Amino acid sequence: MTRTALRLGFVPLLDAAPLIVAREMGFAEAQGLDLTLRPAPSWASLRDMALWGQVEAAQMLAPVPVAIAMGLAGPVERLDILQVLSVNGDVLGVSAALEARLRAQGFGFDFADALAARAALAAAVEGPLRIGVPFPFSTHVALVRHWLAQEAPPYSLHTIPPPRMAEALAEGEIDAFCVGEPWGSVAVERGAGALILPGTAIWAAAPEKVLAARPSWVADNPETVAQLMRAVWLAGRWMDDPANRVTVADLLARSEHVNAPPELLDRALRGQMVISSRGEERRVPGMIRFHEGAAPFPWRSQAAWFARQLARDNGLDPNAAMAAAGAICRTDLYRANLRGIGADLPGASSRIEGALEHPTAVASERGTMILPRDAFFDRTIFDPAQPDC
Amino acid sequence: MTGATLALRLHIVIVEPYEARARSLIECLQPLGHQVTVIAEAAGLARRVREIAPDIVLIDMANPSRDTLEEMTLASGPLDRPVALFVDRSDADLTRQAIEAGVSAYVIDGLQPQRVAAVMDAAIARFQMFRRMRLELEATRRALEERKLIDRAKGILMKARGIGEDEAYALLRRTAMDQGRKIAEVAAALVTAAGLLS
Repeated sequence: MTRTALRLGFVPLLDAAPLIVAREMGFAEAQGLDLTLRPAPSWASLRDMALWGQVEAAQMLAPVPVAIAMGLAGPVERLDILQVLSVNGDVLGVSAALEARLRAQGFGFDFADALAARAALAAAVEGPLRIGVPFPFSTHVALVRHWLAQEAPPYSLHTIPPPRMAEALAEGEIDAFCVGEPWGSVAVERGAGALILPGTAIWAAAPEKVLAARPSWVADNPETVAQLMRAVWLAGRWMDDPANRVTVADLLARSEHVNAPPELLDRALRGQMVISSRGEERRVPGMIRFHEGAAPFPWRSQAAWFARQLARDNGLDPNAAMAAAGAICRTDLYRANLRGIGADLPGASSRIEGALEHPTAVASERGTMILPRDAFFDRTIFDPAQPDC
Repeated sequence: MTGATLALRLHIVIVEPYEARARSLIECLQPLGHQVTVIAEAAGLARRVREIAPDIVLIDMANPSRDTLEEMTLASGPLDRPVALFVDRSDADLTRQAIEAGVSAYVIDGLQPQRVAAVMDAAIARFQMFRRMRLELEATRRALEERKLIDRAKGILMKARGIGEDEAYALLRRTAMDQGRKIAEVAAALVTAAGLLS
């Protein structure tokens, strides 16, 4: 049987893992796909490759398709979200100079309490805090803006490519960063600074990367879309088995994929972070998830959360933005394409975000769905039906 | 210089770490009457572009610093000159050509499309040339590596079987033909196997 050729774009990061595993562990082949993985040097280039048909589908920062749907990226065709590739996986870090001031203040680097970390930062910084982020539309920016919305020091955001983040911190171009692994661990290894929080300390279940494609291609190729979604979903399930995570780290570390030492990739995969050059270790539950807790489901409420923040930051109507964001979440395809291979499906496609303090069973087709803790650090509740609260 | 030519003169920034490539781009854009500034360093890129306030910024799509420029498409403060992303559907052909050649551009809002097109045509031609050179260089490098592998495989065969160089090469070629593989692949397998056995 001839396999369908398909080009997938990705940025070399830990969370490109579902696409790399789908190819390398044979999940794509078993679905009848001949996958070509195309690395992209930047998110802007990957977005353009996806929009202009150089790849059929791509790994994408979750807020990028939302921003495009809101018209913030210019007059281009939209990108639909087929499924979520990863939840969490970001870390926040500070420069060695700021680390020293925080320690002098008695800050404990517990790597958990976002309120305490914010107060400590506000007391420690001199002048505005310059924070490096990978892209203007990113979960990283969304987390930082939510975290520093109140009682925070003045700050500015600066876009720095993740592989340069450690260098920018070491050279004093920025004072802090929010970046996806392994680039936070790389900064620690180089002695450029220390990690102060995992992204989970701000939002315990933040969608990070999604699988995105042009709706025109999706409409014309329903069978290929189904094969792709199944292959990626099965790859995510395989990866969330702790027994397989060492293999994941080794696969990713190959030069054509992420080109970082496997022992650095392994830290986030095991949720065992080394946060400073003193070797202090911190355990982070749910540091990165690919499958458990309905991670791949493209919740409309999560796209709406990004949309509301982007609308507020850009002076747009939040209700129109949230409606546009909801429309690109292809929960219809998720349900139709993944039901047959064992995916449990939630009763609703939207939920109240931030309401779960503990893992909680929710209504689903098979009755097996347990959503993990999804609280925000400030106990915010986001109900898409009442977005002004 | 007359007022008319002065008005046609654009300030173009090229973000390019490699001097030879930057020079090549200058050589094609300056004859069009434009002012060209090169930024080679990634550090402080956004600040420098903002200070220069150019009409057009050109950057290799393979340059990771492109995301730093993307930030400026959002800047709307009174001192920031708005820079628009060149993915407008109004000139799809040009955009497609640019993406295929591997060049991306950020253009000031309101610049006349035909003036932008003239700059882009010149830049696209240069980037196509860079792309060809990159492919050729890669092919040369691969050929050299294969050559080295075949030499090592020949050496292993000569030593192990006590045969001459020509005979060793003939053996490699015959094996490759029998197995429907390239000589370099057979040589690589032999070198790996010999490494494991030694």
